[in-house]
Amino acid sequence: MAKNRTKIEFQKLSELPPMVQSLRSMAANPTGSWRNLKPVLHKENCIQCTICWKFCPDAAIDWVDDYPVINLDFCKGCGICAEECPKKCIEMVKEGK
Amino acid sequence: MKKVIMGNHAISYGATLSRVQVIAAYPITPQTQVVELLSEIVADQKLKAEFIKVESEHSAMAACIGASSAGARAFTATSAQGLALMHELLHWAAGARLPIVMADINRAMAPPWTIWTDQNDSLSQRDTGWMQFYCQSNQEVLDSVIMAYKVAEKVLMPVMIVLDAFSLSHTYETVDVPDQALVDKYLPPLDYKYRLDVNDPHTYGGLTTPDWYMEFRIKMHEAMDQALVEIKKDAAEFEKVFGRRYDPVEPYMVDDADIVLVTSGTAASTARFAVDQMRKKGKKVGNLRMRLLRPFPFADVREHLKNAKKVVVIDRDISYGYHGIWAQEVKSALYGHSKVPVFNYIAGLGGRDIFPETIMNIVADVKKMKRPEQDLYWVEVKK
Repeated sequence: MAKNRTKIEFQKLSELPPMVQSLRSMAANPTGSWRNLKPVLHKENCIQCTICWKFCPDAAIDWVDDYPVINLDFCKGCGICAEECPKKCIEMVKEGK
Repeated sequence: MKKVIMGNHAISYGATLSRVQVIAAYPITPQTQVVELLSEIVADQKLKAEFIKVESEHSAMAACIGASSAGARAFTATSAQGLALMHELLHWAAGARLPIVMADINRAMAPPWTIWTDQNDSLSQRDTGWMQFYCQSNQEVLDSVIMAYKVAEKVLMPVMIVLDAFSLSHTYETVDVPDQALVDKYLPPLDYKYRLDVNDPHTYGGLTTPDWYMEFRIKMHEAMDQALVEIKKDAAEFEKVFGRRYDPVEPYMVDDADIVLVTSGTAASTARFAVDQMRKKGKKVGNLRMRLLRPFPFADVREHLKNAKKVVVIDRDISYGYHGIWAQEVKSALYGHSKVPVFNYIAGLGGRDIFPETIMNIVADVKKMKRPEQDLYWVEVKK
């Protein structure tokens, strides 16, 4: 789901830049398994306000074809999107159900 | 052009001649005149720079980090508690490999509240990854600012110029202020390869896993080793352009000396004066002035102390429960290379004067002993 999810691998010390620069270490390190509650979008009630997209603290919501798409590779299930949604169209569902 | 200026203004002129582009600073005694004069120079449009007024030293360093990340030549100055407040960001500046230069006017740490000199403020920042140049004259202060940018921008590590409060910062001395054209020839504009660029966006300083963290630390350490090489090379280049030379250490009559004093800052010039007096009386005493704390000039220290029968480190600082910090550095350099006894004297804390007599009394004291009987000796304290 994540775009450009290639990890930059350095083989040698000499290939490293002097400082940590665009290592993309988190992009290649999915953390979605930390989640207990999974956000489920009920698209029919969505008014495309982008509030969930703005509030997601982990940038785990992409904006695709005018609608939010939750990236479950990185969503940790904090529920902020569900809390902030003015139409309450994001439901937090227990994982494993 | 020769001018009679205070040490603080020598810093301001050094920064101006280096054509710094961003200055962010918060005033603190005894540093205030550094940025006072710089703010006037910027306001008078004699220097094309952004002068950012901030609410704390933490913010001053943060602003310098931002400016430097964007590729600007950044400068700040502080003292004591101000430097301590910057501590977290000193690590950031070095770890992000930003060639920032700052002046620290040595002021003793509080409490008890004080404004006078000692080196505990700068020495407490020893392991942050900043180079540290300890100066003994206003001329050296001005020259060091210019030299600092040269080496910092070569190896991408920040530099702290260190000078004593009042005995340099507020003392007027004759200083040769070099021509701008000469400085421009010596110090080209900064072209920072890793600067923030909207057309080539990158993230900086992001989470680094145990896979790679150590390798970034190796890079910093190698940069410091390289800095020592560059500083030695640059001593010759600077001398060629400006006619003045600054080596990592400055030996004075050490070759045939039985007792070699190791000093830094303004105590070093006092020590040399005392050496002259003692030499007149036939005493074989020399002085080794430490200009660099980091990168530490191991080889130079070993070389110049190799003939000494006794080494006496005079520290204007103390690591409580240990002994002087310079003594620790010197002992570490000599360990396994020399069996010379190292005596450590703690003097001049909180701005107490170190007189030539102070130094001569130390030497007389050392002459009475074969080896140090204590880890440290306090100088001229109330009993």
